[in-house]
Amino acid sequence: MSTQNEWPLWEIFIRGQHGLSHRHVGSLHAADAEMAIKNARDVYTRRNEGVSIWVVEAAQIAASSPEEKGSLYEPSNDKVYRHPTFFDIPDEVGAM
Amino acid sequence: MYAQMIKSTGEGVKSLDEMEPQERAFQERINAGGKIEPKDWMPEGYRKNLIRQIGQHAHSEIVGQLPEGNWITRAPTLERKAILLAKVQDEAGHGLYLYCAAETLGVTRDQMTRDLLSGKMKYSSIFNYPTLTWADMGAVGWLVDGAAIMNQVPLQRTSYGPYARAMVRICKEESFHQRQGFDIMMKMANGTEAQRKMAQDALNRFWGPSLMMFGPSDAESVHSAQSMAWKIKMNSNDELRQKFVDQTAPQAEYLGLTIPDETCKFNEETGHYDFAQPDWDEFFDVLRGNGPCNTDRLEARNKAWDDGAWVREGLMAHAAKKRAAKLAAE
Ligand SMILES: [Fe+2]
Ligand SMILES: [Fe+2]
Ligand SMILES: [Fe+2]
Repeated sequence: MSTQNEWPLWEIFIRGQHGLSHRHVGSLHAADAEMAIKNARDVYTRRNEGVSIWVVEAAQIAASSPEEKGSLYEPSNDKVYRHPTFFDIPDEVGAM
Repeated sequence: MYAQMIKSTGEGVKSLDEMEPQERAFQERINAGGKIEPKDWMPEGYRKNLIRQIGQHAHSEIVGQLPEGNWITRAPTLERKAILLAKVQDEAGHGLYLYCAAETLGVTRDQMTRDLLSGKMKYSSIFNYPTLTWADMGAVGWLVDGAAIMNQVPLQRTSYGPYARAMVRICKEESFHQRQGFDIMMKMANGTEAQRKMAQDALNRFWGPSLMMFGPSDAESVHSAQSMAWKIKMNSNDELRQKFVDQTAPQAEYLGLTIPDETCKFNEETGHYDFAQPDWDEFFDVLRGNGPCNTDRLEARNKAWDDGAWVREGLMAHAAKKRAAKLAAE
């Protein structure tokens, strides 16, 4: 049984046709990066979903943790002036 | 459904007041339609139940390739062969999306595979029935994928993020499956007398097992009540079964085929089709391992796993060698 030797997990990112950034679509197992790209082609682009594939070994991804939610995101809560709707521009000025 | 008879903690649903603050926050998030993500806190029961449910669903997609794979080399035309191959390949993809969703809950893919191969984890009862004629490819796409869609569409809104996202991908691909099946049925039902008979025979054999896919009535089940509170189950089994019959009966009529149930008629009063329950003794017997194909299916999966061992190991060894060579060159 080869379970000690399980193929590592890869996270798959795909860029679609329309110029948007690569987007995470899911994950898969593969022995190495080359194989991960080939498998990603078969698993995640069977219907022309993409024109470019990135693969990243899942173990290499560092992620923020849910407990940090407060300290990470709260600082932007009281900075409403970062949104354009904060400012009232008179109608006669026209579109801005 | 693809996940049948999932048992939860069996303790009944706690009210918000009975919960510790952490669990209450978790439940309130679900009640508000929020998503639970892999690193979030979750009750152990939620995690365990989801692993069982998603795992069973994944295994069903994988084992479900066998009855259809059976006809790839014998499809009547090259076009039908290409279509069936694409359909079966999709099912492999569905299995992979779901295994990955389950893995985010802390179980490994190999562990799930081992539990399938040993018979510890189940897959849907429907795949323990044989596919005897080409018309069965029609009936499976039309009825089996049709029933799967009934269950999978609402699961796109399930509370666990990775599961919901896998379901979105799967649902996008399923309607091709059902349509190609119905297309085969149309061809057969309007073909020669012999073809029409094959189509009717396929419907006769797959009708009951398709109704069983939704599982026995769970109106009274505490397991289902808990799963519904957690939003990992969105509708009762009876509700989905009724929806399936309401959708399928007029389609059978369109095909000029007869549903093998004399009581299956539209009821003006209820606005739904009446129908007879399938043979639940048969269902439990199939779950116990006594269906016509249980042994074949597990043997086929075990053989694939054993025969593939040298490939899995060889590719890992090759990858390690390449990595070492690259390091040495740096
Ligand atoms: Fe599927
Ligand atoms: Fe399926
Ligand atoms: Fe399908």
